[in-house]
Amino acid sequence: MPAKTKFELKPGLATREAFGKALAELGKVNPNVVVLDADLSKSTYTAEFGKAFPDRFFECGIAEANMVGIGAGLASAGKIPFASSFSVFLLNKGFEQLRVTAALPNVNLKIVGTHSGISIGEDGPSQMSVEDLSLACSLPGFTVMSPADEVATMALVKRAADVFGPMFIRTGRLKVPVIYAADQAFEIGKAIQLIDGADVTLIATGLMVAECIRAAETLEAEGISARVIDMHTIKPLDRDAITRAAKETGALVVAEEHLMDGGLGVRVAQVVGETHPAVMEFVGINNTYAESATPDQLLDKYGLRAVNVVTAARRALGRKR
Amino acid sequence: MQTTSNVAELAALCKSMRREVIEMITDAKSGHPGGSLSSVEIVVTLFMDVMRHDPANPKWKDRDHFILSKGHCCPILYAVMAECGYCPKDQLSTLRKLGSIYQGHPDVRFLPALEATTGSLGQGLSLAIGMGLAARLDKSPSRTFVVLGDGEIQEGQIWEGAMFGGFHKVDNVVAIVDSNRIQLDGFVKDIMDESPLAEKWSSFNWHVIEVDGHDIGALQKAFAEAAAMKGQPTVIIAHTVKGKGVSFMENNPKYHGTAPTVEEEARALAELA
Repeated sequence: MPAKTKFELKPGLATREAFGKALAELGKVNPNVVVLDADLSKSTYTAEFGKAFPDRFFECGIAEANMVGIGAGLASAGKIPFASSFSVFLLNKGFEQLRVTAALPNVNLKIVGTHSGISIGEDGPSQMSVEDLSLACSLPGFTVMSPADEVATMALVKRAADVFGPMFIRTGRLKVPVIYAADQAFEIGKAIQLIDGADVTLIATGLMVAECIRAAETLEAEGISARVIDMHTIKPLDRDAITRAAKETGALVVAEEHLMDGGLGVRVAQVVGETHPAVMEFVGINNTYAESATPDQLLDKYGLRAVNVVTAARRALGRKR
Repeated sequence: MQTTSNVAELAALCKSMRREVIEMITDAKSGHPGGSLSSVEIVVTLFMDVMRHDPANPKWKDRDHFILSKGHCCPILYAVMAECGYCPKDQLSTLRKLGSIYQGHPDVRFLPALEATTGSLGQGLSLAIGMGLAARLDKSPSRTFVVLGDGEIQEGQIWEGAMFGGFHKVDNVVAIVDSNRIQLDGFVKDIMDESPLAEKWSSFNWHVIEVDGHDIGALQKAFAEAAAMKGQPTVIIAHTVKGKGVSFMENNPKYHGTAPTVEEEARALAELA
């Protein structure tokens, strides 16, 4: 486990870029992997796979519902399809198809959404996926992942190809700091504790993991010992890690770049309620759509920063006492 | 499984399948007789004559696939699959009942020999194309047949799939439109007229064949023509009669989704004797 103090966050790739790299590597080692895209392959980074393996790459045009259905058909016939688009289109336009042709028959379809959350920036709310985790988690049998950096993304995308079942992997547009060493091991459904702490636990997913690391450093300077957990798998949740954190720290803050309705926060709260009730606070998007601006401006305005996590942690500690 | 290309034998089997459909839906007290009866010749000809499949080895890699995209017409599919030996005939009367493998719409969790879970209209063509692409990658002779309803093709996803199939030349997929001219709320021409239907498919680069969907010989010829077609997927527009074979159900929108009463069952079975 890394030392509690000073986490060095170096600049890294966007998780969508890491997804593209992982796919291209998967293509070399697994001939059953096929890729589908809906006219966004340059943005989702599936284009590299398409260039290397044109026979196994299917450009579906701007027709996400059909893409999901074709992906489910390929999966039914034994392939390992990765269908990709912006999360907002994949989940919202493909949802009924994901429900009936992927979740219900439990086929081996992997869907990877890019440009998730509000950090896509200037394109504005019609392109921003703020409900994808909620939607994906509502599909019985789906595994749902939201990696925090390029190392996690590479590892989890590769792992997804080896494990049978429908899965959603959420990635982002924005370049994010590297959190993990290149040799870090990842297991689907097993959270990673990045920093140990005794007073409060910060549970985060996606780009909020780095914000929570920064928040823990601020809290440490105030004499507050904060545990940081990367919940890279939203479903199935690592119940043990959550229960342990609730028992050992008694206060939790859950942070996600997602609507607070139906995302990681409520799922963690369910586990806490069922196992070891503790004080909880939530950092996320509060019942609204965002707007056009730079990613940094939006993360500031909509409260998805380390400072917001710190404030929430102080609130939680106040209620704990 | 006894396969046959003999038209008289297939016609006799169609009559017996119609009886099964009537009995199943009457027992269930709900279901969709009209579209099951209109597609009897299509499904029987495919399973008993045209498709390469093996009930003793249902997941045979190079088998042909069948998808009933208009999933509500599953009674005819279940009856024919049971006739082939995929599933027990003596449980057909459990249709739509708790614990039955014969769900109200096809569900692979309950009947794994099915190729697809369907029921939400508009999705089967995309699935079929996915299976076709997989067979192409595997250099497999496997072909995929998908039965669509003429009401169903009002769904936009059908035309997304049609565009993809034509453009990507997925010639190992055959779509059959069971054009019985009736949907739940009434006649297709009054609800959302689709004419000119052949021209629509043809403009999406599909090879179009129009047949009388109750003429087994014509269906056999159409399937043979589709098999020989390279570089284009084929759609067979099968002109059919909703409720075919039962006089009071024929062309009557009421029997899209209404189960026969016990008295109606007796009259229907007498007509199908």
